[in-house]
Amino acid sequence: MLKTFAYQSQEILFFAVRMIRALFSRTIYVSETMEQMYLIGVGSLFLVGLTGVFAGQGFAYAFTVELSDFGATTYLGRIMVIAIVRELGPVLTGLMIAARVASGITAEIGAMKSSNQLDAMVAFGIDPMKKIAVPRLIALVVMLPALTIFCDVIGLLGAYVVAIFITHITSTQFWSAVFDRLIFGNIFVGLLKPVLFSFVIAFVACYKGFTSEGGTKGVGRATTESVVLSSILILVVNFLITKVVFSLIKGYL
Amino acid sequence: MIELRNVSFSYGDQPVLRDVSFTVAHSESLVIMGPSGGGKSTILRLILGLECPQEGEIIINSDNICVMKEKDKRKLRKKIGMVFQDGGLFDSLTVGENVGYYLIEHTKMSYDEIEEKVVKMLGFVGLDADEVIDKLPEQLSGGMQRRVAIGRTLLSTDPKIMLFDEPTTGLDPQATKKVLHLIQKLRDEKSISTIAVTHQIVDSFAIADRYLVIHEGEVAFDGDVMQLRDSADPRVLAFLSPFRDSFKAVYERKFIGG
Repeated sequence: MLKTFAYQSQEILFFAVRMIRALFSRTIYVSETMEQMYLIGVGSLFLVGLTGVFAGQGFAYAFTVELSDFGATTYLGRIMVIAIVRELGPVLTGLMIAARVASGITAEIGAMKSSNQLDAMVAFGIDPMKKIAVPRLIALVVMLPALTIFCDVIGLLGAYVVAIFITHITSTQFWSAVFDRLIFGNIFVGLLKPVLFSFVIAFVACYKGFTSEGGTKGVGRATTESVVLSSILILVVNFLITKVVFSLIKGYL
Repeated sequence: MIELRNVSFSYGDQPVLRDVSFTVAHSESLVIMGPSGGGKSTILRLILGLECPQEGEIIINSDNICVMKEKDKRKLRKKIGMVFQDGGLFDSLTVGENVGYYLIEHTKMSYDEIEEKVVKMLGFVGLDADEVIDKLPEQLSGGMQRRVAIGRTLLSTDPKIMLFDEPTTGLDPQATKKVLHLIQKLRDEKSISTIAVTHQIVDSFAIADRYLVIHEGEVAFDGDVMQLRDSADPRVLAFLSPFRDSFKAVYERKFIGG
């Protein structure tokens, strides 16, 4: 078990290095990258928006109940920034994209592998790493932070609705508290996380696709593993970033 | 032209090929046969440089592909065309885009120029360009997909060697005939060396100059059809026994009865 884990970690690491090297090669497939940006970005807007609004409202309602015990409901905006911009927005968006996009990437590459399309590319002098993996990595690195910002905005708007109709604080009280905490440190952490999550998703999803074996059953198994592994890694990386960043830029938070 | 010298290959701990050696001369047509899982397709992957053997050498036109850099392999692959099992067509691209794939990716030809070449190539492989050029691979029959794959390979590279992985498996008799005719045409008109992996012994008569029987990763037989017929090797006999009647009938029709 431990041996398998160590071996797979090493393989993913080597694969990640190959992907990074391919990222800095001269050949970048622009049209494939734009297509992936559209599929990942625009295609996930509704899902991420829905996640953001309900997460924002749910947390705002839960905090309202707690804060009202102390008569501190005017602090709702501050807490929501910490909760959404720093933690929930990046993590929930990362998990949603892992579920939607990582599965798609692994299934697509796995299907291409089992039908010899990847070998055909190599036979025609095209590196699948550059043609298939790198466009997905670039698209994720660009679109995941953008989707996270979208999720944050929608989440805060959801919290705003709760603040007005349930918490019964004024619009000014809510937004001034929000902008009080929208400082460099929180925004930096909130955007650093999705950038790192995008690498995690791209590495795991592409690796699982490129190494899938055993026909359709193998592709199905690889797809499940891809979603599970990238989701777990997102949560682990999230904790590590929070921990490291807190010790490094605590003064800016 | 192609020479495998004492090649051994394994996937992880599982040995696939053991001490395999053979040569294929210029314009020669070799058919590799044998039970499933014997390592036949792996031989084609090794020749194309998609895998490297743990032991032995693969010499193509006096170059050892196993020790080449990826850049040099890409150059060499221009002389080797491979038609994968089930075609290996890109399912998100149309037939036209599949056939013109190499030109689109590697040249600065205009769309019209590429289309002209694609139409010509589709004609060469016996397909009506107007009918199929805008279709997706899944909309074609198995035989048509195989012919599109051959056309794509011919237009992509300037092959001196063509590798076919199960070119007729799963095709109806008419489609099989067309694909076999195309392989013969390549050998006769373009002087291309061909290596075909197949289970279809009867079909192989149409294209083979020589036969190689692979059994559990080892060469069990290497010779022409007469030697194949007379082989007393139990591994060859075991492989041929289910086909004995059809083998004999076709053999007699082709080589004795005219």
